[in-house]
Amino acid sequence: MDQERIRNFSIIAHIDHGKSTLADRILELTETVTGREMRAQVLDTMELERERGITIKAQAVRVLWKGHQLNLIDTPGHVDFTYEVSRSLQACEGALLVVDAAQGIEAQTVANAYLAIENDLEIVPVVNKIDLPQADPDGAAAEIAELVGEQADHVLRISAKTGEGVEAVLDAIVERIPAPAGEADAPARALVFDSSYDQYRGVVAFVRMIDGSFRARERLGAMAQGTRFESEEVGFFSPTMRGADSLDAGEVGYVITGLKDVSRLRVGDTLTSEEQPAAEPLPGYRDVKPMVFAGLFPTDSDDYPDLRDALERLKLNDAALFYEPETSQALGFGFRCGFLGLLHMEIVRERLEREFDLDLIVTAPSVAYRVLTQTGEEVEVHNPSEMPRELELVEEPYIRASIIVPKDFVGSVMELNTERRGRFDHMEYLSEQRVLLLYELPLAEIVLDYYDQLKSRTRGYASFDYDVIGFRQGDLARVDVLIAGEPVDALSLIVHRDGAYARGRALVDKLREEIPRQFFDVPLQAAIGSRVIARETIKAKRKDVLAKCYGGDISRKRKLLERQKAGKKRMKQVGAVEVPQEAFLAVLNLDGGKK
Amino acid sequence: MSAADGLVRHLYVHMPFCASRCGYCDFVTVVGRRGQHAAYVDALVAELELEQGVLAPRLESVFLGGGTPTFTEARELERMLHALPPAEEVTVEANPETVTPQLARLLRASGVTRVSLGAQSFRPHLLSVLERRAGPEDVRRSVYFLRDVGFDNISLDLVYGIPGQSSADLEADLSDALALEPEHLSCYELEAKPGTRFTHAHGAELARQAEAMESYFERVVARVTAAGYRWYETANFCRQPSLADGRDLRSRHNLAYWRGRDYLGLGIGAVSTIESERRRTTPKLGAYLAALAAGSRPPRELEPLPQEVRESERVMLGLRLDEPLAVDGLARAVDWAAVERLERLGLVQHERRESLALTGRGRYLGGGVTAELLA
Repeated sequence: MDQERIRNFSIIAHIDHGKSTLADRILELTETVTGREMRAQVLDTMELERERGITIKAQAVRVLWKGHQLNLIDTPGHVDFTYEVSRSLQACEGALLVVDAAQGIEAQTVANAYLAIENDLEIVPVVNKIDLPQADPDGAAAEIAELVGEQADHVLRISAKTGEGVEAVLDAIVERIPAPAGEADAPARALVFDSSYDQYRGVVAFVRMIDGSFRARERLGAMAQGTRFESEEVGFFSPTMRGADSLDAGEVGYVITGLKDVSRLRVGDTLTSEEQPAAEPLPGYRDVKPMVFAGLFPTDSDDYPDLRDALERLKLNDAALFYEPETSQALGFGFRCGFLGLLHMEIVRERLEREFDLDLIVTAPSVAYRVLTQTGEEVEVHNPSEMPRELELVEEPYIRASIIVPKDFVGSVMELNTERRGRFDHMEYLSEQRVLLLYELPLAEIVLDYYDQLKSRTRGYASFDYDVIGFRQGDLARVDVLIAGEPVDALSLIVHRDGAYARGRALVDKLREEIPRQFFDVPLQAAIGSRVIARETIKAKRKDVLAKCYGGDISRKRKLLERQKAGKKRMKQVGAVEVPQEAFLAVLNLDGGKK
Repeated sequence: MSAADGLVRHLYVHMPFCASRCGYCDFVTVVGRRGQHAAYVDALVAELELEQGVLAPRLESVFLGGGTPTFTEARELERMLHALPPAEEVTVEANPETVTPQLARLLRASGVTRVSLGAQSFRPHLLSVLERRAGPEDVRRSVYFLRDVGFDNISLDLVYGIPGQSSADLEADLSDALALEPEHLSCYELEAKPGTRFTHAHGAELARQAEAMESYFERVVARVTAAGYRWYETANFCRQPSLADGRDLRSRHNLAYWRGRDYLGLGIGAVSTIESERRRTTPKLGAYLAALAAGSRPPRELEPLPQEVRESERVMLGLRLDEPLAVDGLARAVDWAAVERLERLGLVQHERRESLALTGRGRYLGGGVTAELLA
């Protein structure tokens, strides 16, 4: 199709602000699907996405409206997937910014709107859910106009649920969003903005053709990675896969690559034709680096091979997931996994438990540290127990946090951020009631309980999002925990030196509660190097008997002992001490150390 | 374990009737119902008749437990006692407030050799927490009445770890009990069983006191053994033979349980263990009476006891005693690696894997130690 008649756009919205409903309504209005075949929210395919209201993998759907080809490119809702979001946005010329008329702007909306603005997209602001009784369309429109620097009367007001105003949205897409500006005759260049894996057809690449065109049975190459393959099929979704003769400049569609390994085609790479290759790839390819790390161990060590297989399978569809084998003396064999962020970690854990039926122990998440060793070597450390005890220089990842709260809670949020080593950056009134705060914080300070704390200190009103902005030097210390004199690798943590004592104290106190009393005294210590910073003792049990046991009690008492015995089996042995698995999660809930 | 002739030598008879139900009790009890005592004894006698075949002609022990056996109408209790087969030891449980000179004479005349008195405590405020009807004076008086008619084997039950019990209260209870010079003492830590009215009322208080009461078990053992008693089972003491004309005053009936012997139980809720089967008679009085009135066995739950389960139980029970457990035939029930570990901690001893015993400290931790060393 003539590029003048093509419009490529995304929908940016906070979870539950109605992105999927709007997408469904667009598919219906453009008669891409009929009401009958309409499975509610067709764009979200995975079970998990449905339940959590988030979209993990982007897809693109082509619809026709008044002689125009509109390509709706779905974006992941959460900035854990910033990289994916920005890839999706690079495939577009415009974006619908959807805000719930009752909720107003959320931190996620802000973060994604900034991304869209950075990508030079034309933003079409939309206030949704105007049919709700508690809706405040004027308030929400004022907020959104302020955020994107638009006139409030330019903000569309719709109800995706009833369909009211959705036609105007389609018209606005055609009128306001510019047509693609690629060169149809230049050597082909296509941006891979997402990929998916199908066990029969291999890697399916979602692409935006910038220049030139692709056909089926054409030799193609990925410019950054150098991977070569023959396109088995090209086409688009409408809403299901439809093969096409070609994908032309400005269009969005898919290429079936036949590749059997998802890691051979990275999102962000540029595809070009082998026959007439482009000279320069499209700008901006970078490798996705996991930032949050945690150990995943099977509760039952017999499940280790199953966990390995499950991670392999997940990795096929999730190039950002990183894993390598890890051995912990306390938890046995498992994997150290790297995630883009906390939500990504949570999703992976849930998929492992739900789709693969695994029972897991997840250790306290930590972040990637860049360490300069005394020999001048630079290494990246993903596991506190691998951190050299004497640190020369350590850098830790920092984030930019966007927090939106009612103005009464600004003080509490500032207090929390100060406790978490935050640096104030910016404050802005979105409306009379709601304030946007921007802070720079070490990622390590938010991976444990930051979000819970934020919610509890703002009575649930705060909305929070973040993106990683780089590495900075920190005065950090490695704290080890010794149970009966044995260091326990799974409990080591890296903390800012100022908080080390409080953390060490909180940790041994927590362990004293979690570890049952044994037949002997168990000393607990927290130490930095050889210096003990906190100690506690779990006193030996003095009595442990079944008071009476006569003819009528024997079966019950026997079962009691059997249960006691089974309980011991579930514990992990640290030296002679039996430690329940929950104790290894003690580091997760250390709010005591922060109050 | 059954005797060589396969006959059972230990009989338990459950007498469920009580004047009232104590909050901490989780036994099968029936409050009041004086009108049904005769029918119940009829049923017991009928059941005894039906089971006669498994019993040896002369028993080693009979135990009448409850409930409150001595709350049963005197005439009916007497009828029951007379229906029993001859036995070397016949124990009846009694609540102090039910013991009168007449009852003492009745028991004595009906062949009872041993009385087990549920004293529980001598502190009025603690007795009222336990919802016991007897006061401290009732306990003393009942011992005198029993002594007067010639009983020379009296056991007292004491409970410790009662909500509100100070260590001074405990010492005073032990002094009062020892002053009565019973042949036998059973001292139990109060078990606040989940779901009982008692736990509902006092659970939080008990949890608060747990740390303070941790040393009570040690105190009990120290005081009672210092007074010349043998700590022969986790919760049971008897006067040393040297202080009792050479008599072995351990409860023969309860020893049978701890040695893994077979036993027959009659009455509602009663448990029998015979060879590879354990059975529990229905706890429902109506169903029990109806079945026996119709000449058939009462409904009961059966639990198969494979050989290895009985062996595990033998270890579990045997380690409660102060005599080493002969491991012969039980070796597969024991995790020897665990035994070695526990031995290094000074909790267990064994003689070339032929016998096994808990050490002094091991006996205070007997539950946990046993759980660990069972295979």
